[in-house]
Amino acid sequence: MWKLLKIELFKIFKRPRTYIAFGAIAAIVILIQIALRFDGRSYVDLLLNNLKDSFEMADDFKDKLLNGYLICFVILNTLLIQLPLLVALVAGDSIAGEANMGTLRLSLTRGVSRTEFMLVKFIASVIYTFFLLLWMALLSLFGSMLIFGVNDMIVLRSASIELIPVSDVFWRYIAAFGFAAAALTTVSALAFLLSVFAENSIGPIIATMSVVIVFTILSEMNIPIYDRTIKPWLFTTHMVAWKGFFYVKADSDGVAIRGSIENLHSILRSLCILVGYTIAFTGTAIWVFRRKDILN
Amino acid sequence: MEPIIEVKNLRKEFADLVAVDDLSFTVPTGQIYGFLGQNGAGKSTTMRMLVDLVRPSSGNIRIFGLDLSTHRKEILRQTGAIIERPDLYKYLTALENLRIFATMSGTSTSKKMLMDQLALVGLAERANSKVKTYSQGMKQRLGIATALVHNPKLIILDEPTNGLDPQGIADMRNMILHLCHDLGKTLIVSSHLLSEMELVSDSMLIIDKGKKLVEGLISDLFDPAETLVEVRTADDKLFVERLKASHLDKAFHSTANGTVQLKLHKNELTGILRQLLDLNVPLLSFNARHSLEDYFLNLTSGGQHVEAFKN
Repeated sequence: MWKLLKIELFKIFKRPRTYIAFGAIAAIVILIQIALRFDGRSYVDLLLNNLKDSFEMADDFKDKLLNGYLICFVILNTLLIQLPLLVALVAGDSIAGEANMGTLRLSLTRGVSRTEFMLVKFIASVIYTFFLLLWMALLSLFGSMLIFGVNDMIVLRSASIELIPVSDVFWRYIAAFGFAAAALTTVSALAFLLSVFAENSIGPIIATMSVVIVFTILSEMNIPIYDRTIKPWLFTTHMVAWKGFFYVKADSDGVAIRGSIENLHSILRSLCILVGYTIAFTGTAIWVFRRKDILN
Repeated sequence: MEPIIEVKNLRKEFADLVAVDDLSFTVPTGQIYGFLGQNGAGKSTTMRMLVDLVRPSSGNIRIFGLDLSTHRKEILRQTGAIIERPDLYKYLTALENLRIFATMSGTSTSKKMLMDQLALVGLAERANSKVKTYSQGMKQRLGIATALVHNPKLIILDEPTNGLDPQGIADMRNMILHLCHDLGKTLIVSSHLLSEMELVSDSMLIIDKGKKLVEGLISDLFDPAETLVEVRTADDKLFVERLKASHLDKAFHSTANGTVQLKLHKNELTGILRQLLDLNVPLLSFNARHSLEDYFLNLTSGGQHVEAFKN
């Protein structure tokens, strides 16, 4: 299985299209960093606009807020919406692309079981997703830390503002990226499942994005009947749960408690639902593929 | 001889189409087994079932004495196959493609072994070229190399001459013969090119509309030295009269569709046109049809697809 995985990764990373996603991430991150480097103060003002009646903030304080940690948070908020498309580019192509090229036919005449074949394909697309996140972490977290330095991190919530001490931030990013990996693996599994039914990769990529967009709209809508019935079970509702790592508990004086997470239970529940979706999507993909006639 | 493949009562349905219907055949070890049929006869579906790309609706396939449905991996590790076209990773080199398919076949291969394989199909010098720069013939040869890279006992080739020029077809024919006669492989080769199949096959299976028409050794099925000659004349009646009165009387076979048909041994073909002209009946056309083609057309749909096959 390890040998098969190696050749699968070799195939993925030899394809020029694989690097589109890496290039796209680099372009977006660098553009955001450049914008904030030269006009960061305006962004912070905009961010704190709603709070200016409640708090008086000195310019020095505002400058401290604009640090690598905040920039990374901004980038994550922006990019984690676009990343499913980039993940679907490879996962959606994994079976359908091979069917389109005709290589699926040749591959399946080899002495490899279909389950093994599918597992290797899925693991390879998950590894690709991890590489993509690692790349994003390198640019958005470490790059921003390098360019903007680090300081306490401000987190704006609907009813409050939280300040996380500088020494309590980094591990939260590691956890957030880990969670994002699980969330994107779910998208990858969906694209992988849809890829089994198609004979060119455009279909599964568009279908995956359509599902993500429709589910995201449903997740964002505030309709009471959906809040109780559909929303808790949509995987898109749980994909943004990584933000929970930046919501801290406060003591009686309103000071953030170091190392605390406001609602760890909710994050773990979201994680379980995402893992459940991943298993269901992948299991279904394997089940269907094992019975599929290869006719193309 | 011990059969390498035994197929019993194979059937495949796609929705309301029956692609293969109650097909049974046996492929002897060490032979080139020709698989003939018109387009849509069910050849490719059968070939796909032999390598588990398509699952039978019913019936049983045993290869190397093992049931394909339960021993897929073991069987396919000893089988090399090209179904339809050998589509390869165009963005990779020949060497990289070969390494990928060798690994998937469970074979550990050194670069030297892979290069030897490429040399066998005449592609050693282009080993590091990307497949997208290859001609159709080169892709076909590389496809053969991928089918052979794990040294299989059984090789399944579905329409291996498709898209090849005459030189490519001749090369492919020689390679098939080399694989069987020099390397001891068993080959199943499907094709609609009758003349090519006749040149390489030891045994043959002919199917039509998913059903078996005939199976056996070529020498048992028909006389390969026999040729059917069709002649159009200005006056068929007079021509037949004079033919029967000449030394060619035994060659007369029949009159059909406005032609007079003669059956001749290949030794009798030399000078036949001169002899027919000597009968002093103007000839409008003369067509010598090979006996396998004749045999095939008689079996399949009564020869109504003659033109399609000639093309």
